[in-house]
Amino acid sequence: MQKASIIVKDVTKKYGNSTALNGLSLEVEHAEIFGLIGPDGAGKTSLFRILTSLLVPDSGMASLEGFDVVKDYREIRKIVGYMPGRFSLYFDLTVQENLEFFATIFGTSIQQNYDLIKDIYSQIEPFKNRKAGKLSGGMKQKLALSCAMIHKPQVLILDEPTTGVDAVSRKEFWEMLKALKKEGITILVSTPYMDEAILCDRVALIQKGRILSIEEPQKIIVQYAHDLYSICTDNMFDLLEDLRNFSKSNSAFRFGDTIHLSVKSGFEKAELVHYLEGKNHEQIEIGKIDPEIEDCFMELMTDENKI
Amino acid sequence: MKKFLGFVKKEFYHIMRDPRTLLVLFGIPVAQLLIFGYVVTNDIKDIKIAIFDQSKDDVTLNLSNKIISSGYFILNENLNSINNIEDIFREGDVKEVIVFEPGFGQKLIKNGVAHIQLIADASDANTANLIVNYTNAIIQDYIRKENRQQKIPLQIEPEVRMIFNEGLKSVYMFVPGTMALILMLVSAMMTSISIAREKEMGTMEVLLVSPLRPAQIVIGKVIPYVVLAFINAITIILIGYFVFGMPVKGSLWLLLAENLLFISLALSLGILISTLANSQQVAMFISMFALMLPTLLLSGFIIPIENMPLILQWITYIIPPKYFIIIIKNIMIKGTGFEFVWKETLVLVGMMLMFIALSVRKFKIRLE
Repeated sequence: MQKASIIVKDVTKKYGNSTALNGLSLEVEHAEIFGLIGPDGAGKTSLFRILTSLLVPDSGMASLEGFDVVKDYREIRKIVGYMPGRFSLYFDLTVQENLEFFATIFGTSIQQNYDLIKDIYSQIEPFKNRKAGKLSGGMKQKLALSCAMIHKPQVLILDEPTTGVDAVSRKEFWEMLKALKKEGITILVSTPYMDEAILCDRVALIQKGRILSIEEPQKIIVQYAHDLYSICTDNMFDLLEDLRNFSKSNSAFRFGDTIHLSVKSGFEKAELVHYLEGKNHEQIEIGKIDPEIEDCFMELMTDENKI
Repeated sequence: MKKFLGFVKKEFYHIMRDPRTLLVLFGIPVAQLLIFGYVVTNDIKDIKIAIFDQSKDDVTLNLSNKIISSGYFILNENLNSINNIEDIFREGDVKEVIVFEPGFGQKLIKNGVAHIQLIADASDANTANLIVNYTNAIIQDYIRKENRQQKIPLQIEPEVRMIFNEGLKSVYMFVPGTMALILMLVSAMMTSISIAREKEMGTMEVLLVSPLRPAQIVIGKVIPYVVLAFINAITIILIGYFVFGMPVKGSLWLLLAENLLFISLALSLGILISTLANSQQVAMFISMFALMLPTLLLSGFIIPIENMPLILQWITYIIPPKYFIIIIKNIMIKGTGFEFVWKETLVLVGMMLMFIALSVRKFKIRLE
C-alpha cells in the first residue's frame, strides 16, 4: 500500500513559552487538495515551515513523499513548492525576471512548464516587463504563485495564497489548483476564506496548534448538530450581547451584517421575538438558515474553548 | 551550475537597478580618495629651521644650501651656540635645529663618517616626525651623490631610513589606507546588507526551500561584489597614479593579487556579519562599528600605530586592514616583492579561512 503524500505525526513546536503546534497529526493523500483553516496564530505557518524543512519540530515526525523533513531536507527542497504568506518576490526585478529566476534555481525553464502556469500567468503576462514592486496586490500574488509552481513540484504548500486577491482571480486560482491536482500534485493550502474551504477535498480545522476536525467539507456541515438562525435588528450593537444572554442560545457570532445564532432544543421563534422586544429591539428579522462551514468552525472553536 | 549562474545574474540586476547601491559602490570611493588626497594632507612646506654649524667647511655649506633650497625649509637664523636652544623653540617659529659637529667635512673625508644632529620641535609629534624624515632624506640624497665619486663610501650619522620616498608626500600614505577602507566598505558592508535584505523581504525563505545549496547562495551573493570591488581597487590605483602621481614601484600583478585576497577577506567578514544580522539596518550598523571605525582608526591609516597606547597597539594585531596597508605600502612605495610581504599575506589568508569557516558554521540552512 502506498503511503500518504504528507504525513504529520504528533508534531510539537514551541517558541519559548508559547506553543505553536501541540501534538498535531494529519495525513494528506496523493493528488489531494487539503485545506487548513484556522485563526491567526493557530499554527498554520509553523506547520508549513516544518513541512518545507525550514523549521525543525521539537518532537514528533513529518514526511513528504516518504522523505523525512529533518533528515532528508535536501530531497524535500527538490520536490516541494512553497509560497510563504508574505510576498516573496524580488521587487526590483521585472515579472519575467522573477519567474525566470525561480525557474532557473529549480533547474527548469519557463517554456518547459508554461502549460502549468498558463492560466494565471497569462493574466500578468502583459505586464511582464514591469517591476514586481509596481504590481497591484492581486497581480503580485499571481506572480508569486506562478513562481512557486514553475518547477512542477510534487507537493505544493501555499500559505494563504489568495489573501488580497480579487474574487475573479480567486476563482481562477482554484480552477488552477484543480488542474494541478489532475497532474498528480498534492496541494496543502491554508485560507481564511470559508467559501474556499468548500472547494478542498478535505479540510482540517486547526486551533491553538491542534487539529479540531478533519473531514470533507460537506460532512463537516452535515455534522452540525444545532438549528441555526440569521438575525438582524435596528440595534446590532447590543444584539450580539443580548442574544448570548438569551436562555436558549447556544452560541452567537457576527457574520457580516447579521448574527448567526445556534439554539438549543425547544427553541421557539416567538419566544425570541418577545425577548428581543423586551430589550428594545425593533425591525426584528429572524430566518432559519442552513449552516455553512464557517458556522461549523465557529462551533468547533467554542467547544474547544469550553474544554 | 546553471542554477548558480541564474542566481549571480539576479544579483547583478539588484545592484544595477539600485541607484543608491551604485552610488555607494562607485561614487563614494572616488570622492573619498580625492578628499583624503587633497584636503587631509600632512605635507610640509616652508618650515623654519635654524642651523648651528660648528665646522663651516665646504661640505656643511653645501649641505645647508641643499636643505634650504629644497623648498620645504626656510633658514630662520644661524646659531652660534645651542645653549639657548629651548628658547629658540619656545619662540615657536623654528621647528628644527640642525647641528653639524666640529670638523664635519674633514671627518667625513678622512674617516668616512661624520655626525649630524637633528633636533625637532616635538610638540606636534607627527609634524616633527615628518620634518626629521624630510631632512634625513635630503642629507641622504646629498651623500649618495657624493659617493658616486668616492671609492670608500661616505657616511653621515644619524643613519637615515627614508630612502624610498624622498618626497614623503602624505597622499602616498593615504592611498593604501583609502584602498583598505573602500574595499572593506564595499565588500563587507554591501554583501552583509544584500544577504540581510533577502531575510528581511522573506525571499530567503523561498531560496532555502529550493534545491540551491547554502554555499551556492552565499557564493552567488559574493561574486558580483568581488568583481565590483576589484574594479574599485583598479580605479583607486589609477586615480592615485594619474591624479596624485602615486607610483606602483613593485609588481602590479602582485598588487592586484593582494587586493583580491583582501577583497575575499572582507567578503567573508560580510557573510559572517549577515549570519548575525536579520535586517539591513543591523547589518549596516555592525559593518560600520565593527569594520569601518577600526579600519579608520586602528589600522595605521590615519594614526601611526607607534603613537598609540600599548593596549591599542596589541589590538591592531587583529585588524586585517593593518596588514593590508603594510603590504600595499611595501609594494607601491618601496617596490618590494613577495619575499618581504609573505608574512602579512599569510596572516590575511589565515584570517580569511577562519572567517569563512565561521560563517559556514553559522549559516543557517533553516529559519532558526
